[in-house]
Amino acid sequence: MTRQMTGAKMVVEALIEQGVDTVFGYPGGAVLPIYDEIFQQNHIEHILVRHEQGAVHAAEGYARATGKPGVVLVTSGPGATNAVTGLTDALMDSIPIVVLTGQVPTFMIGSDAFQEADTVGITRPCTKMNWLVKETDHLASTIHEAFHISTKGRPGPVLVDIPKDVQFATGDYVEKPRAKTDHYQPRIKGDVETITALVEAIEQAERPVFYTGGGVINSGPAASGLLRELVDQTGFPITSTLMGLGAYPASGEKWLGMLGMHGLYEANLAMHGCDLMINIGARFDDRITGRIADFSPNSLKAHVDIDPSSINKVIHADFPIIGDVGHVLEDILRIWKARGSKTNKGAVKNWWGQIADWRAINCLSFKNSEKTIKPQYALQRLEALTKDHDRYITTEVGQHQMWAAQYLGFEDPNRWMTSGGLGTMGYGTPASIGVQVAHRDALVINVAGEASWLMNMQEMGTAVQYRLPVKQFIMNNERLGMVRQWQELLHGERYSHSWSEALPDFVKLAEAFGCKGIKCDNPDDLDEAIKEMLAYDGPVIFDCLVEKHENCFPMIPSGKAHNEMLLGEADTQGVIDAKGSVLV
Amino acid sequence: MSPLKIDKGSSSHSAYDLRSHMSDAIETHTLAVLVQNEAGVLARVIGLFSGRGYNIESLTVAEVDHQGHRSRITIVTSGTPQVIHQIKMQLDRMVPVHEVHDLTVEGPHVSRELALFKVQGKGDHRVEALRTAEIFRANVVDSTLESFVFEITGTPEKIEAFADLMRPLGLLEVARTGVAAISRGT
Repeated sequence: MTRQMTGAKMVVEALIEQGVDTVFGYPGGAVLPIYDEIFQQNHIEHILVRHEQGAVHAAEGYARATGKPGVVLVTSGPGATNAVTGLTDALMDSIPIVVLTGQVPTFMIGSDAFQEADTVGITRPCTKMNWLVKETDHLASTIHEAFHISTKGRPGPVLVDIPKDVQFATGDYVEKPRAKTDHYQPRIKGDVETITALVEAIEQAERPVFYTGGGVINSGPAASGLLRELVDQTGFPITSTLMGLGAYPASGEKWLGMLGMHGLYEANLAMHGCDLMINIGARFDDRITGRIADFSPNSLKAHVDIDPSSINKVIHADFPIIGDVGHVLEDILRIWKARGSKTNKGAVKNWWGQIADWRAINCLSFKNSEKTIKPQYALQRLEALTKDHDRYITTEVGQHQMWAAQYLGFEDPNRWMTSGGLGTMGYGTPASIGVQVAHRDALVINVAGEASWLMNMQEMGTAVQYRLPVKQFIMNNERLGMVRQWQELLHGERYSHSWSEALPDFVKLAEAFGCKGIKCDNPDDLDEAIKEMLAYDGPVIFDCLVEKHENCFPMIPSGKAHNEMLLGEADTQGVIDAKGSVLV
Repeated sequence: MSPLKIDKGSSSHSAYDLRSHMSDAIETHTLAVLVQNEAGVLARVIGLFSGRGYNIESLTVAEVDHQGHRSRITIVTSGTPQVIHQIKMQLDRMVPVHEVHDLTVEGPHVSRELALFKVQGKGDHRVEALRTAEIFRANVVDSTLESFVFEITGTPEKIEAFADLMRPLGLLEVARTGVAAISRGT
């Protein structure tokens, strides 16, 4: 027997059936019936953000910290268009989120009604799938389908656009088991023949390297466990993309550190010099590969990805394996063990000798200062003082983000949320709120730059309202640091609009929001200031005034190969030669 | 060339590698895409092509299974082998796409297009147009004292050839459906 209810009630009912406990949202005319239903129940907590972009990033943070889909509810028109950046961010980083938008009533669609926008048209390229629901009878099944598609296969954002008359009208509620899902069942088991061929290559490889990415995290904690087992049992070195940090512990002895444009010297040179590259859940992004023609020229490459379109998109794969990382890792381990757990031990030992030489370069060393706080030093201290906490880190985008990836250590998956693919400044503050909502007692720190942080600082209002003790660790160099770095190295030191001449007083700003502000500009005071931040039971805005002209190294200049990386200021001379100075 | 005299392909100044990695020859492929016939599905497919910079040389779409709500989209596209491969992969992972067939590689197939030609002329031109139409097995579907509308079906090449012959005979307008294609045999 079917249950009859209004569309608005169906929304809440379907969310409860999907196990949703939190919705991030902002009300408006076209979603008032749904907000009325939210008011009359106690199963789902609604977090009122200050801007719809904040709602989507908060849902992303929630999703990445829990592995569950994040849910957003916003109104039509500007509510939906403000969500677009977050949707694109989630699409690029494969984060499961379900966004529900209000829409003008069906009979007014196309009339340029108040707060009308072609939401499904606008969001079609930035969602995995979206729907405009025109009949109340279809609403519940569409929401269930949305959750299915968002979370199955390569995760991603989905959007359901719900006209106001559909919310008011009464229809049949379709329960989750009866909703249409069988048309979308992505393949999760990898091809055994190819996996066996890869195992043979693993047995023979002289210079192997694991190159892992966000796919390991998305596959769930079990996949990280299997990855650790495989790495530790084969004894092969492992590096990871920005998205994959934490899948293998930073303290693990096989860990080379992050690779890519600002990755570690040993990680990038291992990628360049390897004879077997095992890509697990990464996608050969341009920040990783550098110049394609010279990318790891002498290696066989395996690529494990759940999305068939990722394989052979950028780099030819010798062992293409379509499947879920967890399932494929299980098969690799099973087959490798059944064949006797063999590796080319002697050669791999020599390979580690080579890696030790690269490590000895100590590429993350930097010249510290007694007068000013170096950003690297700030992060080293933050790491030392927080690593034993139940800690989650979010970031904004820029130099601070790369330094955080270099100097903070991640021991577990789902502890690191950063905007990788889209590079969204303004991501970190709302993401930290989403993480803190999911883990109320954990230490959640947003490592930020002051410019990024200002982009979504309104969300401090949300943090204060819901007593979310997020720590905003702003490394303030009064510059758009990464833009400034590129202008210095590649544009003749012409610093076009890369600094702000009018920054707020962050301590007063904190007080205005009703939270705590801390300012620190002396390396000697830094530890005490960080401890004060950690001890405060509430949101903190920490204004850490750092060296203004520090550059982020190592760096592979765009279009260069992995073995052409710059290690420090001295190396930058070669970048801007006579020909380069014409360019810059 | 940009104002900075940066060679196309140089990328030391840019975040992106601008050079083309594959210099492979451009191939033309005919794809048959079976999709769920739902609102926006065509926009989704076309958006993929425009958003990722792929070519569409011809596109036809119509519902082919009313009860199953299936539509068939026939796309003629061109690109390097790597691009064609990407197009197929990207189409295949779209949620409302059920099947993608590359008819060009899957075996022999039949491609047909329908076109309407409006030809204006008197005297010898009119007679010649009619005679040529007969050779091409085109039907006259409209006639006035000074014009014909011919209906012709065939491969795109045949239609091109017919257009070439009609042009000097007073060709006014052409309407083409685009290619529909299906594999030979079972």
